Amino acid sequence: MSEAAYNFAYLDEATKRMIRRALLKGLAIPGYQVPFASREMPMPYGWGTGGVQVTAACLTPEDCLKVIDQGADDTTNAVSIRKFFERTAGVATSEHTAAASVIQTRHRIPEQALTERQILVYQVPIPEPLRFLEPRESETRKMHALEEYGLMHVKLYEDIARHGAIATSYAYPVRVEGRYVMDPSPIPKFDNPKLGGMAAIQLFGAGREQRIYAVPPYTRVVSLDFEDHPFEASKAAHDCDLCGAAHSYLDEVITDDKGGRMFVCSDTDFCAMRRAEGHVGRLSPKGAAA
Amino acid sequence: MTLHRTINLDLDSPLLRVEALTKLYGARIGCADVSFDLYPGEVLGIVGESGSGKSTLLSCLAGHLACDEGRVLYRNRDVVTLSEPERRLLSRTEWAFVHQNPRDGLRMGVSAGGNVGERLMAVGARNYAAIRASATDWLGRVEIAAERIDDRPRQFSGGMQQRLQIARNLVTSPRLVFMDEPTGGLDVSVQARLLDLLRSLVRDMGLSVIIVTHDLAVARLLADRLMVMKDGRVIEQGLTDQVLDDPQHAYTQLLVSSVLQV
Ligand SMILES: Nc1ncnc2c1ncn2[C@@H]1O[C@H](COP(=O)(O)OP(=O)(O)O)[C@@H](O)[C@H]1O
Ligand SMILES: [Mg+2]
Repeated sequence: MSEAAYNFAYLDEATKRMIRRALLKGLAIPGYQVPFASREMPMPYGWGTGGVQVTAACLTPEDCLKVIDQGADDTTNAVSIRKFFERTAGVATSEHTAAASVIQTRHRIPEQALTERQILVYQVPIPEPLRFLEPRESETRKMHALEEYGLMHVKLYEDIARHGAIATSYAYPVRVEGRYVMDPSPIPKFDNPKLGGMAAIQLFGAGREQRIYAVPPYTRVVSLDFEDHPFEASKAAHDCDLCGAAHSYLDEVITDDKGGRMFVCSDTDFCAMRRAEGHVGRLSPKGAAA
Repeated sequence: MTLHRTINLDLDSPLLRVEALTKLYGARIGCADVSFDLYPGEVLGIVGESGSGKSTLLSCLAGHLACDEGRVLYRNRDVVTLSEPERRLLSRTEWAFVHQNPRDGLRMGVSAGGNVGERLMAVGARNYAAIRASATDWLGRVEIAAERIDDRPRQFSGGMQQRLQIARNLVTSPRLVFMDEPTGGLDVSVQARLLDLLRSLVRDMGLSVIIVTHDLAVARLLADRLMVMKDGRVIEQGLTDQVLDDPQHAYTQLLVSSVLQV
Protein backbone atom coordinates (compact mmCIF):
# COMPACT_ATOMS: atom_id res chain seq x y z
CA MET A 1 0.00 0.00 0.00
CA SER A 2 1.40 3.42 -0.86
CA GLU A 3 1.85 5.89 1.96
CA ALA A 4 -0.53 8.27 0.27
CA ALA A 5 -3.31 5.77 0.98
CA TYR A 6 -3.13 6.38 4.72
CA ASN A 7 -5.52 8.79 6.36
CA PHE A 8 -3.81 11.65 8.24
CA ALA A 9 -2.00 10.10 11.24
CA TYR A 10 -2.85 6.58 10.02
CA LEU A 11 -6.18 6.08 11.86
CA ASP A 12 -9.44 6.68 10.00
CA GLU A 13 -11.58 9.61 11.13
CA ALA A 14 -14.26 7.45 12.78
CA THR A 15 -11.66 5.75 14.95
CA LYS A 16 -10.11 9.08 15.90
CA ARG A 17 -13.52 10.42 16.84
CA MET A 18 -14.12 7.37 19.03
CA ILE A 19 -10.75 7.88 20.74
CA ARG A 20 -11.38 11.62 21.19
CA ARG A 21 -14.69 10.85 22.89
CA ALA A 22 -12.83 8.55 25.29
CA LEU A 23 -10.22 11.27 25.87
CA LEU A 24 -12.87 13.89 26.64
CA LYS A 25 -14.58 11.53 29.04
CA GLY A 26 -11.22 10.83 30.67
CA LEU A 27 -10.55 14.55 31.08
CA ALA A 28 -14.01 15.05 32.56
CA ILE A 29 -13.39 12.30 35.15
CA PRO A 30 -9.70 12.67 36.05
CA GLY A 31 -7.98 9.34 36.70
CA TYR A 32 -10.95 7.20 35.60
CA GLN A 33 -10.12 4.41 33.16
CA VAL A 34 -12.26 4.75 30.05
CA PRO A 35 -12.61 1.61 27.90
CA PHE A 36 -11.99 2.15 24.19
CA ALA A 37 -11.90 -0.07 21.14
CA SER A 38 -8.15 -0.27 20.59
CA ARG A 39 -7.17 -0.77 16.93
CA GLU A 40 -4.50 -2.99 15.48
CA MET A 41 -1.48 -0.82 14.85
CA PRO A 42 1.43 -1.65 12.54
CA MET A 43 3.68 -2.32 15.56
CA PRO A 44 3.61 -4.91 18.32
CA TYR A 45 1.93 -4.37 21.70
CA GLY A 46 4.53 -3.22 24.20
CA TRP A 47 5.70 -0.70 21.63
CA GLY A 48 3.25 1.91 22.74
CA THR A 49 0.23 1.16 20.59
CA GLY A 50 -2.05 2.83 23.16
CA GLY A 51 0.05 5.97 23.22
CA VAL A 52 0.31 5.97 19.42
CA GLN A 53 -3.48 5.85 19.03
CA VAL A 54 -3.93 8.70 21.52
CA THR A 55 -1.27 10.75 19.74
CA ALA A 56 -2.89 10.02 16.37
CA ALA A 57 -6.23 11.27 17.68
CA CYS A 58 -4.65 14.49 19.02
CA LEU A 59 -2.35 15.50 16.16
CA THR A 60 -3.17 18.33 13.78
CA PRO A 61 -1.03 19.20 10.73
CA GLU A 62 0.40 22.22 12.62
CA ASP A 63 1.68 20.16 15.53
CA CYS A 64 5.29 19.48 16.37
CA LEU A 65 5.87 16.02 17.84
CA LYS A 66 8.54 14.82 20.24
CA VAL A 67 8.86 11.15 21.21
CA ILE A 68 10.83 10.02 24.25
CA ASP A 69 11.68 6.58 25.51
CA GLN A 70 13.22 6.45 29.00
CA GLY A 71 14.16 10.10 28.56
CA ALA A 72 15.96 9.66 25.22
CA ASP A 73 14.82 10.62 21.73
CA ASP A 74 17.13 8.24 19.92
CA THR A 75 16.15 4.75 21.07
CA THR A 76 14.70 2.34 18.51
CA ASN A 77 11.24 2.68 19.98
CA ALA A 78 11.26 6.49 20.01
CA VAL A 79 12.76 6.72 16.52
CA SER A 80 10.25 4.31 15.00
CA ILE A 81 7.23 6.09 16.50
CA ARG A 82 8.59 9.48 15.37
CA LYS A 83 9.19 8.12 11.84
CA PHE A 84 5.71 6.60 11.84
CA PHE A 85 4.09 10.01 12.37
CA GLU A 86 6.50 11.80 10.02
CA ARG A 87 5.32 9.39 7.31
CA THR A 88 1.63 9.10 8.13
CA ALA A 89 0.92 12.66 9.34
CA GLY A 90 3.78 14.64 7.86
CA VAL A 91 4.02 16.66 11.06
CA ALA A 92 7.14 18.45 12.19
CA THR A 93 9.19 16.66 14.84
CA SER A 94 11.69 17.89 17.35
CA GLU A 95 13.88 16.60 20.13
CA HIS A 96 13.43 19.83 22.09
CA THR A 97 10.86 19.70 24.84
CA ALA A 98 9.98 23.37 24.53
CA ALA A 99 9.51 23.17 20.75
CA ALA A 100 7.01 20.30 20.83
CA SER A 101 3.25 20.71 21.09
CA VAL A 102 2.61 16.96 21.54
CA ILE A 103 5.07 14.75 23.44
CA GLN A 104 4.61 10.99 23.50
CA THR A 105 6.57 9.37 26.29
CA ARG A 106 7.50 6.03 27.74
CA HIS A 107 8.85 5.93 31.32
CA ARG A 108 9.65 9.63 31.88
CA ILE A 109 8.24 13.12 32.31
CA PRO A 110 10.55 15.77 30.81
CA GLU A 111 12.61 17.75 33.35
CA GLN A 112 11.68 21.06 31.75
CA ALA A 113 8.31 22.28 33.00
CA LEU A 114 5.60 21.86 30.37
CA THR A 115 3.18 24.61 29.38
CA GLU A 116 -0.53 25.03 28.67
CA ARG A 117 0.10 24.68 24.93
CA GLN A 118 1.44 21.15 25.32
CA ILE A 119 -0.02 17.66 25.53
CA LEU A 120 1.90 14.82 27.18
CA VAL A 121 0.88 11.34 26.00
CA TYR A 122 1.97 8.35 28.10
CA GLN A 123 2.36 4.78 26.89
CA VAL A 124 0.79 2.50 29.48
CA PRO A 125 1.36 -1.26 29.76
CA ILE A 126 -0.95 -2.05 32.73
CA PRO A 127 -3.51 0.63 33.58
CA GLU A 128 -5.07 -1.07 36.63
CA PRO A 129 -3.19 -0.19 39.84
CA LEU A 130 -5.23 -2.69 41.88
CA ARG A 131 -4.40 -5.62 39.59
CA PHE A 132 -1.39 -6.63 41.69
CA LEU A 133 -3.59 -7.85 44.55
CA GLU A 134 -6.99 -8.29 42.92
CA PRO A 135 -6.90 -10.00 39.54
CA ARG A 136 -10.70 -9.97 39.03
CA GLU A 137 -11.63 -7.08 36.74
CA SER A 138 -15.26 -7.12 37.96
CA GLU A 139 -13.99 -6.59 41.50
CA THR A 140 -11.44 -3.85 40.72
CA ARG A 141 -14.08 -1.92 38.81
CA LYS A 142 -16.33 -2.07 41.87
CA MET A 143 -13.47 -0.97 44.12
CA HIS A 144 -12.92 2.12 41.97
CA ALA A 145 -16.63 2.89 41.85
CA LEU A 146 -16.96 2.64 45.64
CA GLU A 147 -13.56 4.23 46.41
CA GLU A 148 -12.47 1.07 48.23
CA TYR A 149 -8.76 1.68 48.04
CA GLY A 150 -7.52 -0.03 51.21
CA LEU A 151 -5.90 -2.69 49.05
CA MET A 152 -3.51 -0.14 47.55
CA HIS A 153 -2.11 0.41 51.01
CA VAL A 154 -1.84 -3.34 51.55
CA LYS A 155 0.57 -3.32 48.61
CA LEU A 156 2.62 -0.53 50.18
CA TYR A 157 2.46 -2.31 53.55
CA GLU A 158 3.88 -5.46 51.94
CA ASP A 159 6.67 -3.36 50.45
CA ILE A 160 7.70 -1.93 53.81
CA ALA A 161 7.35 -5.30 55.56
CA ARG A 162 9.65 -6.92 53.03
CA HIS A 163 12.14 -4.17 52.28
CA GLY A 164 11.98 -1.84 55.27
CA ALA A 165 10.80 0.99 53.06
CA ILE A 166 8.38 1.51 50.20
CA ALA A 167 10.45 -0.15 47.50
CA THR A 168 8.05 0.61 44.65
CA SER A 169 10.14 2.92 42.51
CA TYR A 170 8.24 2.85 39.20
CA ALA A 171 4.52 3.06 38.49
CA TYR A 172 4.01 4.44 41.97
CA PRO A 173 0.25 4.76 42.61
CA VAL A 174 -1.38 8.17 42.96
CA ARG A 175 -4.77 9.55 43.97
CA VAL A 176 -6.13 11.99 41.42
CA GLU A 177 -8.12 15.02 42.62
CA GLY A 178 -9.03 13.15 45.82
CA ARG A 179 -10.97 10.52 43.89
CA TYR A 180 -9.55 7.86 41.57
CA VAL A 181 -6.40 5.90 42.31
CA MET A 182 -4.31 5.78 39.14
CA ASP A 183 -1.23 4.04 37.80
CA PRO A 184 0.94 6.82 36.36
CA SER A 185 2.59 4.30 33.94
CA PRO A 186 6.11 3.08 34.71
CA ILE A 187 7.65 6.51 35.26
CA PRO A 188 10.16 6.64 38.13
CA LYS A 189 8.55 7.87 41.33
CA PHE A 190 11.00 10.79 41.06
CA ASP A 191 8.62 12.11 38.38
CA ASN A 192 5.46 11.75 40.47
CA PRO A 193 5.48 15.29 41.90
CA LYS A 194 5.39 16.65 38.33
CA LEU A 195 2.06 14.91 37.69
CA GLY A 196 0.22 17.27 40.04
CA GLY A 197 -0.50 20.87 39.10
CA MET A 198 0.98 20.38 35.62
CA ALA A 199 0.03 23.05 33.07
CA ALA A 200 -0.05 20.59 30.18
CA ILE A 201 -2.79 18.05 29.45
CA GLN A 202 -1.73 14.51 30.39
CA LEU A 203 -3.24 11.61 28.46
CA PHE A 204 -2.63 7.91 29.09
CA GLY A 205 -3.17 5.16 26.52
CA ALA A 206 -3.06 1.38 27.13
CA GLY A 207 -3.38 -0.44 23.79
CA ARG A 208 -3.51 -4.08 24.75
CA GLU A 209 -5.72 -3.37 27.76
CA GLN A 210 -7.93 -0.97 25.78
CA ARG A 211 -8.03 1.80 28.38
CA ILE A 212 -7.59 5.56 28.19
CA TYR A 213 -7.32 7.91 31.15
CA ALA A 214 -6.35 11.52 31.66
CA VAL A 215 -5.24 14.22 34.05
CA PRO A 216 -6.42 17.72 33.07
CA PRO A 217 -4.17 20.76 33.65
CA TYR A 218 -3.60 21.90 37.23
CA THR A 219 -5.06 18.77 38.83
CA ARG A 220 -4.21 17.62 42.35
CA VAL A 221 -2.24 14.37 42.19
CA VAL A 222 -1.02 12.82 45.44
CA SER A 223 1.30 9.83 45.80
CA LEU A 224 -0.04 7.27 48.29
CA ASP A 225 1.95 6.66 51.47
CA PHE A 226 1.82 6.09 55.22
CA GLU A 227 2.10 8.82 57.87
CA ASP A 228 5.27 7.22 59.20
CA HIS A 229 6.62 6.26 55.75
CA PRO A 230 5.96 9.37 53.69
CA PHE A 231 6.37 9.36 49.91
CA GLU A 232 9.85 10.36 48.72
CA ALA A 233 10.72 11.32 45.15
CA SER A 234 14.10 9.65 45.24
CA LYS A 235 16.93 9.62 42.72
CA ALA A 236 20.59 8.60 42.69
CA ALA A 237 22.54 10.77 45.15
CA HIS A 238 24.76 12.31 42.48
CA ASP A 239 24.96 15.25 40.14
CA CYS A 240 24.95 14.67 36.40
CA ASP A 241 28.54 13.97 35.31
CA LEU A 242 28.01 15.83 32.04
CA CYS A 243 25.98 18.93 32.96
CA GLY A 244 26.25 19.04 36.76
CA ALA A 245 22.47 19.09 37.26
CA ALA A 246 21.67 18.27 40.90
CA HIS A 247 17.92 17.81 40.57
CA SER A 248 17.38 15.77 37.43
CA TYR A 249 16.73 12.04 37.20
CA LEU A 250 19.94 10.15 36.43
CA ASP A 251 20.85 7.00 34.54
CA GLU A 252 23.86 5.02 35.65
CA VAL A 253 26.11 4.23 32.69
CA ILE A 254 28.91 1.66 32.72
CA THR A 255 31.86 3.26 30.95
CA ASP A 256 34.41 0.44 30.79
CA ASP A 257 34.89 -3.16 31.87
CA LYS A 258 36.94 -2.14 34.94
CA GLY A 259 33.94 -0.98 36.93
CA GLY A 260 34.04 2.60 35.67
CA ARG A 261 30.65 4.28 35.69
CA MET A 262 29.06 7.64 35.37
CA PHE A 263 25.71 9.27 36.14
CA VAL A 264 24.03 11.24 33.40
CA CYS A 265 20.66 12.93 33.00
CA SER A 266 18.11 10.46 31.71
CA ASP A 267 16.44 13.38 29.88
CA THR A 268 18.97 13.79 27.06
CA ASP A 269 17.40 16.98 25.70
CA PHE A 270 17.53 18.62 29.14
CA CYS A 271 21.19 17.63 29.55
CA ALA A 272 22.15 18.91 26.10
CA MET A 273 20.36 22.19 26.75
CA ARG A 274 22.22 22.69 30.01
CA ARG A 275 25.57 21.92 28.39
CA ALA A 276 24.79 24.40 25.62
CA GLU A 277 24.17 26.95 28.36
CA GLY A 278 27.68 26.27 29.67
CA HIS A 279 26.96 23.98 32.62
CA VAL A 280 29.59 21.33 33.25
CA GLY A 281 29.84 18.14 35.26
CA ARG A 282 32.55 15.99 36.82
CA LEU A 283 33.46 14.27 33.55
CA SER A 284 33.00 17.17 31.14
CA PRO A 285 35.89 17.59 28.68
CA LYS A 286 38.50 20.06 30.00
CA GLY A 287 37.92 23.57 28.74
CA ALA A 288 34.22 22.97 28.26
CA ALA A 289 33.38 25.38 31.04
CA ALA A 290 32.07 28.69 29.90
CA MET B 1 -23.05 6.62 53.34
CA THR B 2 -24.06 7.15 56.92
CA LEU B 3 -23.30 4.07 58.95
CA HIS B 4 -22.20 4.88 62.45
CA ARG B 5 -20.16 2.37 64.37
CA THR B 6 -20.68 3.75 67.84
CA ILE B 7 -24.33 3.32 68.62
CA ASN B 8 -25.05 2.02 72.10
CA LEU B 9 -25.96 -1.60 72.15
CA ASP B 10 -29.54 -2.06 73.13
CA LEU B 11 -29.54 -5.50 74.68
CA ASP B 12 -33.31 -5.75 74.59
CA SER B 13 -33.75 -5.42 70.86
CA PRO B 14 -32.40 -7.98 68.40
CA LEU B 15 -29.21 -7.30 66.51
CA LEU B 16 -30.53 -9.32 63.62
CA ARG B 17 -34.16 -10.13 62.88
CA VAL B 18 -34.93 -12.58 60.09
CA GLU B 19 -38.49 -12.82 58.79
CA ALA B 20 -39.75 -15.55 56.47
CA LEU B 21 -36.55 -15.74 54.46
CA THR B 22 -36.75 -17.86 51.31
CA LYS B 23 -34.16 -18.60 48.65
CA LEU B 24 -34.91 -20.82 45.67
CA TYR B 25 -32.52 -22.25 43.11
CA GLY B 26 -34.94 -22.47 40.23
CA ALA B 27 -37.56 -24.93 41.43
CA ARG B 28 -35.30 -26.35 44.15
CA ILE B 29 -35.52 -24.97 47.67
CA GLY B 30 -32.30 -23.49 49.05
CA CYS B 31 -33.95 -22.43 52.29
CA ALA B 32 -37.59 -21.61 52.99
CA ASP B 33 -39.58 -19.52 55.44
CA VAL B 34 -36.77 -19.07 57.97
CA SER B 35 -37.45 -16.68 60.86
CA PHE B 36 -35.43 -15.97 64.00
CA ASP B 37 -33.99 -13.20 66.17
CA LEU B 38 -30.37 -12.91 67.21
CA TYR B 39 -29.63 -10.83 70.30
CA PRO B 40 -26.34 -9.03 70.99
CA GLY B 41 -23.72 -11.36 72.42
CA GLU B 42 -25.60 -14.47 71.38
CA VAL B 43 -24.11 -17.44 69.51
CA LEU B 44 -26.60 -19.16 67.25
CA GLY B 45 -25.72 -22.55 65.80
CA ILE B 46 -27.32 -23.76 62.59
CA VAL B 47 -27.15 -27.54 62.32
CA GLY B 48 -28.47 -30.11 59.87
CA GLU B 49 -27.17 -32.65 57.43
CA SER B 50 -25.42 -31.80 54.20
CA GLY B 51 -27.76 -30.12 51.70
CA SER B 52 -30.23 -28.92 54.35
CA GLY B 53 -29.74 -25.26 53.40
CA LYS B 54 -27.35 -24.01 56.08
CA SER B 55 -24.85 -22.35 53.75
CA THR B 56 -27.60 -20.90 51.59
CA LEU B 57 -29.18 -19.29 54.63
CA LEU B 58 -25.87 -17.91 55.87
CA SER B 59 -25.03 -16.47 52.43
CA CYS B 60 -28.41 -14.74 52.29
CA LEU B 61 -27.94 -13.27 55.75
CA ALA B 62 -24.48 -11.95 54.91
CA GLY B 63 -25.73 -10.49 51.64
CA HIS B 64 -23.59 -12.75 49.45
CA LEU B 65 -26.77 -14.17 47.92
CA ALA B 66 -29.96 -12.27 47.12
CA CYS B 67 -32.97 -13.92 48.75
CA ASP B 68 -36.31 -14.30 46.95
CA GLU B 69 -38.62 -13.47 49.82
CA GLY B 70 -38.48 -12.21 53.37
CA ARG B 71 -36.64 -9.56 55.32
CA VAL B 72 -33.32 -9.41 57.16
CA LEU B 73 -33.17 -6.53 59.60
CA TYR B 74 -29.77 -5.65 61.00
CA ARG B 75 -30.26 -3.16 63.82
CA ASN B 76 -33.63 -2.31 62.34
CA ARG B 77 -32.29 -1.68 58.83
CA ASP B 78 -33.35 -3.96 56.01
CA VAL B 79 -30.16 -5.55 54.70
CA VAL B 80 -31.95 -6.93 51.64
CA THR B 81 -32.67 -3.44 50.30
CA LEU B 82 -29.36 -1.92 51.41
CA SER B 83 -27.39 -0.37 48.54
CA GLU B 84 -24.28 -2.25 47.52
CA PRO B 85 -21.85 0.39 48.86
CA GLU B 86 -23.59 0.32 52.23
CA ARG B 87 -23.57 -3.45 52.33
CA ARG B 88 -19.89 -3.65 51.42
CA LEU B 89 -19.09 -1.10 54.10
CA LEU B 90 -20.98 -3.17 56.67
CA SER B 91 -19.09 -6.27 55.52
CA ARG B 92 -15.75 -4.73 56.31
CA THR B 93 -16.69 -2.92 59.51
CA GLU B 94 -19.49 -4.35 61.64
CA TRP B 95 -19.66 -7.79 60.04
CA ALA B 96 -17.17 -10.55 59.46
CA PHE B 97 -17.35 -13.82 57.55
CA VAL B 98 -15.19 -16.84 58.30
CA HIS B 99 -15.16 -19.31 55.41
CA GLN B 100 -14.75 -23.05 55.77
CA ASN B 101 -11.82 -23.01 53.38
CA PRO B 102 -9.25 -20.41 54.55
CA ARG B 103 -8.24 -19.88 50.91
CA ASP B 104 -11.63 -18.27 50.32
CA GLY B 105 -11.10 -15.85 53.18
CA LEU B 106 -7.38 -15.03 52.95
CA ARG B 107 -5.19 -13.34 50.40
CA MET B 108 -2.72 -16.11 49.76
CA GLY B 109 -0.18 -13.81 48.07
CA VAL B 110 -0.07 -11.35 50.97
CA SER B 111 1.87 -11.77 54.24
CA ALA B 112 0.11 -12.70 57.49
CA GLY B 113 0.54 -9.12 58.72
CA GLY B 114 -0.90 -7.71 55.49
CA ASN B 115 -3.86 -10.07 55.73
CA VAL B 116 -4.66 -8.92 59.25
CA GLY B 117 -3.98 -5.27 58.44
CA GLU B 118 -6.19 -5.14 55.35
CA ARG B 119 -9.42 -4.38 57.17
CA LEU B 120 -7.67 -1.65 59.17
CA MET B 121 -6.37 -0.04 56.00
CA ALA B 122 -9.79 -0.46 54.39
CA VAL B 123 -11.28 1.77 57.07
CA GLY B 124 -8.54 4.36 56.77
CA ALA B 125 -5.59 3.30 58.95
CA ARG B 126 -2.53 5.04 57.51
CA ASN B 127 0.13 4.55 60.16
CA TYR B 128 2.39 1.62 59.31
CA ALA B 129 3.74 1.11 62.83
CA ALA B 130 0.25 1.12 64.34
CA ILE B 131 -1.08 -1.33 61.73
CA ARG B 132 1.85 -3.62 62.36
CA ALA B 133 1.39 -3.43 66.11
CA SER B 134 -2.28 -4.39 65.73
CA ALA B 135 -1.37 -7.26 63.43
CA THR B 136 1.27 -8.51 65.86
CA ASP B 137 -1.20 -8.31 68.73
CA TRP B 138 -3.83 -10.23 66.77
CA LEU B 139 -1.42 -12.93 65.65
CA GLY B 140 -0.65 -13.43 69.33
CA ARG B 141 -4.32 -13.66 70.19
CA VAL B 142 -4.80 -16.47 67.68
CA GLU B 143 -1.60 -18.19 68.84
CA ILE B 144 0.56 -17.49 65.80
CA ALA B 145 4.15 -16.57 66.68
CA ALA B 146 4.98 -12.92 66.02
CA GLU B 147 8.00 -13.87 63.92
CA ARG B 148 5.65 -15.40 61.31
CA ILE B 149 4.17 -11.96 60.58
CA ASP B 150 5.92 -11.60 57.23
CA ASP B 151 5.29 -15.16 56.05
CA ARG B 152 2.63 -15.92 53.48
CA PRO B 153 -0.36 -18.09 54.46
CA ARG B 154 0.88 -20.72 52.00
CA GLN B 155 3.65 -21.52 54.47
CA PHE B 156 1.10 -22.13 57.25
CA SER B 157 -0.64 -25.35 58.28
CA GLY B 158 -4.42 -25.64 57.76
CA GLY B 159 -5.10 -24.84 61.41
CA MET B 160 -2.85 -21.79 61.34
CA GLN B 161 -4.48 -20.55 58.15
CA GLN B 162 -7.87 -20.81 59.79
CA ARG B 163 -6.64 -18.93 62.87
CA LEU B 164 -5.16 -16.27 60.59
CA GLN B 165 -8.49 -15.94 58.83
CA ILE B 166 -10.15 -15.41 62.19
CA ALA B 167 -7.62 -12.74 63.20
CA ARG B 168 -8.10 -10.97 59.87
CA ASN B 169 -11.83 -10.88 60.50
CA LEU B 170 -11.81 -9.82 64.13
CA VAL B 171 -9.15 -7.09 63.97
CA THR B 172 -11.73 -4.34 63.49
CA SER B 173 -13.93 -5.66 66.32
CA PRO B 174 -17.01 -6.57 64.30
CA ARG B 175 -20.36 -7.00 66.04
CA LEU B 176 -21.70 -9.87 64.01
CA VAL B 177 -19.61 -12.79 62.79
CA PHE B 178 -20.83 -15.35 60.27
CA MET B 179 -18.99 -18.67 60.25
CA ASP B 180 -19.53 -21.51 57.80
CA GLU B 181 -18.09 -24.78 59.12
CA PRO B 182 -14.98 -23.03 60.51
CA THR B 183 -13.48 -26.29 61.78
CA GLY B 184 -14.60 -28.28 58.77
CA GLY B 185 -11.47 -29.30 56.95
CA LEU B 186 -9.25 -29.80 60.01
CA ASP B 187 -7.88 -32.80 61.94
CA VAL B 188 -9.69 -33.61 65.15
CA SER B 189 -6.89 -32.44 67.46
CA VAL B 190 -6.50 -29.21 65.48
CA GLN B 191 -10.27 -28.72 65.60
CA ALA B 192 -10.28 -28.93 69.40
CA ARG B 193 -7.67 -26.22 69.74
CA LEU B 194 -9.48 -23.96 67.29
CA LEU B 195 -12.76 -24.47 69.14
CA ASP B 196 -11.18 -23.48 72.45
CA LEU B 197 -9.73 -20.40 70.81
CA LEU B 198 -13.03 -19.45 69.18
CA ARG B 199 -14.86 -19.92 72.45
CA SER B 200 -12.60 -17.60 74.40
CA LEU B 201 -12.56 -14.95 71.65
CA VAL B 202 -16.33 -14.96 71.46
CA ARG B 203 -16.59 -14.64 75.22
CA ASP B 204 -13.88 -11.97 75.60
CA MET B 205 -15.13 -9.82 72.75
CA GLY B 206 -18.83 -10.36 73.43
CA LEU B 207 -19.32 -11.25 69.77
CA SER B 208 -22.65 -12.12 68.24
CA VAL B 209 -22.13 -15.16 66.05
CA ILE B 210 -24.08 -17.25 63.58
CA ILE B 211 -22.19 -20.47 63.08
CA VAL B 212 -23.09 -23.16 60.58
CA THR B 213 -21.94 -26.67 61.36
CA HIS B 214 -22.95 -30.24 60.72
CA ASP B 215 -20.93 -31.24 63.80
CA LEU B 216 -23.11 -31.35 66.91
CA ALA B 217 -20.05 -31.39 69.18
CA VAL B 218 -19.01 -28.02 67.74
CA ALA B 219 -22.54 -26.74 68.22
CA ARG B 220 -22.64 -27.96 71.81
CA LEU B 221 -19.36 -26.23 72.64
CA LEU B 222 -20.01 -22.86 71.02
CA ALA B 223 -23.69 -22.18 70.57
CA ASP B 224 -26.14 -20.73 73.10
CA ARG B 225 -29.03 -21.57 70.84
CA LEU B 226 -29.57 -24.02 67.99
CA MET B 227 -31.63 -24.08 64.86
CA VAL B 228 -32.08 -27.47 63.20
CA MET B 229 -32.62 -27.44 59.44
CA LYS B 230 -33.96 -30.11 57.12
CA ASP B 231 -34.76 -29.72 53.43
CA GLY B 232 -34.28 -25.95 53.66
CA ARG B 233 -36.67 -25.45 56.58
CA VAL B 234 -36.13 -24.90 60.29
CA ILE B 235 -37.76 -27.85 62.03
CA GLU B 236 -36.73 -27.15 65.58
CA GLN B 237 -35.04 -24.39 67.56
CA GLY B 238 -34.22 -23.68 71.17
CA LEU B 239 -31.46 -23.53 73.77
CA THR B 240 -28.57 -25.77 72.79
CA ASP B 241 -28.80 -28.10 75.77
CA GLN B 242 -32.54 -28.41 75.35
CA VAL B 243 -32.34 -29.29 71.68
CA LEU B 244 -29.49 -31.75 72.10
CA ASP B 245 -30.61 -33.40 75.34
CA ASP B 246 -34.35 -33.41 74.77
CA PRO B 247 -35.01 -33.18 71.05
CA GLN B 248 -38.69 -32.85 70.14
CA HIS B 249 -38.71 -33.44 66.41
CA ALA B 250 -38.20 -37.00 65.18
CA TYR B 251 -35.50 -35.85 62.75
CA THR B 252 -33.58 -34.07 65.49
CA GLN B 253 -33.82 -37.22 67.59
CA LEU B 254 -32.21 -39.15 64.75
CA LEU B 255 -29.58 -36.48 64.30
CA VAL B 256 -28.70 -36.46 68.00
CA SER B 257 -28.65 -40.24 68.25
CA SER B 258 -25.88 -39.82 65.68
CA VAL B 259 -27.61 -42.10 63.19
CA LEU B 260 -27.33 -39.31 60.63
CA GLN B 261 -23.93 -38.01 61.67
CA VAL B 262 -21.12 -38.41 59.23
N1 LIG C 1 -25.64 -22.67 43.57
C1 LIG C 1 -26.62 -23.60 43.69
N2 LIG C 1 -27.40 -23.90 42.64
C2 LIG C 1 -28.40 -24.80 42.74
N3 LIG C 1 -28.69 -25.44 43.87
C3 LIG C 1 -27.94 -25.20 44.96
C4 LIG C 1 -26.87 -24.26 44.93
N4 LIG C 1 -26.29 -24.20 46.15
C5 LIG C 1 -26.98 -25.08 46.92
N5 LIG C 1 -27.97 -25.67 46.21
C6 LIG C 1 -28.95 -26.62 46.72
O1 LIG C 1 -29.64 -26.02 47.80
C7 LIG C 1 -29.79 -26.93 48.86
C8 LIG C 1 -29.11 -26.41 50.12
O2 LIG C 1 -27.71 -26.40 49.93
P1 LIG C 1 -26.68 -25.78 50.96
O3 LIG C 1 -27.19 -24.48 51.42
O4 LIG C 1 -25.32 -25.80 50.36
O5 LIG C 1 -26.76 -26.83 52.16
P2 LIG C 1 -25.75 -27.12 53.37
O6 LIG C 1 -24.86 -25.95 53.54
O7 LIG C 1 -26.66 -27.35 54.52
O8 LIG C 1 -25.00 -28.36 53.00
C9 LIG C 1 -29.24 -28.26 48.36
O9 LIG C 1 -30.30 -28.99 47.80
C10 LIG C 1 -28.28 -27.86 47.29
O10 LIG C 1 -28.14 -28.88 46.34
MG1 LIG D 1 -22.65 -25.91 53.54
